[in-house]
Amino acid sequence: MQIAENILQTEDLSVFYGNKQVVTDVTLDVPRNHITAIIGPSGCGKSTLLRCFNRMNELIPDASITGKVLFEGQDLYAETVDPAEIRYQIGMVFQRPNPFPKSIYDNVAFGPRINGFRGNMDELVETSLKRAALWEEVKDRLHASALGLSGGQQQRLCIARTLAVEPQVILMDEPCSALDPIATLAIEEVMRELAEEYSIVIVTHNMQQAARVSHYTAFLMVEDQRIGILVEYGESRQIFTNPTDERTEAYITGRFG
Amino acid sequence: MIRSTQRADFQARLARRKRQSTIFAGLCMAAIAIALLMLVVLLTYIVVQGYSRVDWQFLSSFPSRFPERAGIQAAVIGSIYVIAVAGVASFVLGVGAAIYLEEYASRQKFTKIIQVNIANLAGVPSIVYGILGLEIFVRTLALGKSVLAGGFTLALLVLPVIIIASQEAIRAVPPSIREGGYALGASRWQTVWHLVLPQAFPGILTGVILAVSRAMGETAPLIVMGALTFVPFAPDGPMSRFTVLPIQIFNWTSRPQAGFHEAAAAGIMVLLVLLFIMNAAAVFLRFKFRDRM
Repeated sequence: MQIAENILQTEDLSVFYGNKQVVTDVTLDVPRNHITAIIGPSGCGKSTLLRCFNRMNELIPDASITGKVLFEGQDLYAETVDPAEIRYQIGMVFQRPNPFPKSIYDNVAFGPRINGFRGNMDELVETSLKRAALWEEVKDRLHASALGLSGGQQQRLCIARTLAVEPQVILMDEPCSALDPIATLAIEEVMRELAEEYSIVIVTHNMQQAARVSHYTAFLMVEDQRIGILVEYGESRQIFTNPTDERTEAYITGRFG
Repeated sequence: MIRSTQRADFQARLARRKRQSTIFAGLCMAAIAIALLMLVVLLTYIVVQGYSRVDWQFLSSFPSRFPERAGIQAAVIGSIYVIAVAGVASFVLGVGAAIYLEEYASRQKFTKIIQVNIANLAGVPSIVYGILGLEIFVRTLALGKSVLAGGFTLALLVLPVIIIASQEAIRAVPPSIREGGYALGASRWQTVWHLVLPQAFPGILTGVILAVSRAMGETAPLIVMGALTFVPFAPDGPMSRFTVLPIQIFNWTSRPQAGFHEAAAAGIMVLLVLLFIMNAAAVFLRFKFRDRM
């Protein structure tokens, strides 16, 4: 993988919660306009790794990092970088749908509004909802509360809300774990379409999902008290059919995890 | 065989357990019955004694040394003025402090010490706040024995309760909402203002109104602070001297004439109606804001 193709990179990235190390020396390149999956057993630090990309770990008291995270070659953790600026360009969708207790329209318009968007808001809301494949279902009740939507619709609304600020990267932290299979398929379909214009990093503990949607897969695990070790990283096809590391093979064939 | 004896034991015990259950339910019902009965007796006593006095003359007159001419206008207006000042001041300070403690302060020892002290302050006798108010507002800040000084004193009194209630309301807003805001590039201020506060507001409002209605019944701190007991005029501004309903009631009950006791009962009825209106407003506002979400 060439540098130019990579939108996000980590170099010897470690994350600590207090004295506890939860990500250990991860070096990883995330290619532009592709879907990269991070898989691994529970508690292996995959969500923590994901949250390094938009500095969400900073919201946790006494979290600290060593190593580097680069976004388009720039150090995300440089002193001159404001976390708000990063989160504006690197959006995030969470494990549980977390729509704001506002109308569907206001949920989508929230990001653009706080970032000082001046333009046609109706149009932006419509395109964002269309790209998240939610428009047809909600176009007649844009001003109804978002809390009245189903779980799957709420999650697509959260995707639309993220798209409305036009980020370059979308981080997804187990976006389907609270959803039924049909809602999951709808989200995966949206992801595939978005991958043409956006770079997506998804954390998932559903290996079929990683195999179905992602182009690249990183496998993290816990070994000998060390948490968050990157065991293997490569094209998903290769990882799921012909892993080079026997620990990866053991995990994807269901022998542990 | 063993099983069948166990079964018999179980049956015997089951009957006993059911009896215990009934007795416990009965005791709980007795407790609420006694509480309600007391309230009914109290209200009946007051209404019987005072209802003949509650009329327009009573509401629109000033105190008098003749019981039948005495009225409550000065106290009603004084109470409303003082409570308005206390409500605004304690709302602004209390909600501000709660936001700071919940959203900004780091979880360190210092914050914990502040937290414990706020809880302790909520238990300090109200008369102590009267002394504080007298020293700070009346003397040091030279506000005199005015509506403003009285309102501020009551604001201090209810501040800890409002801070704690607001903190609880803010804490009840799920962290995922804040994360959602931050993930879109919102600043801390934007997240608090646009996402956290609107959701916490019904809870905060309920806390504030309940605390302030408690303040409305306070007598001791205002007496210490130097509110008047005989005020033949309605307060006309924040610097005016004043009296409030509980002080007026207290004053009337300590007179020997039966006529004044009737006036006191009537005053209590007026106070209760005002309290009822405030509590009803709290319930109404809470539902109104819930519906909006």
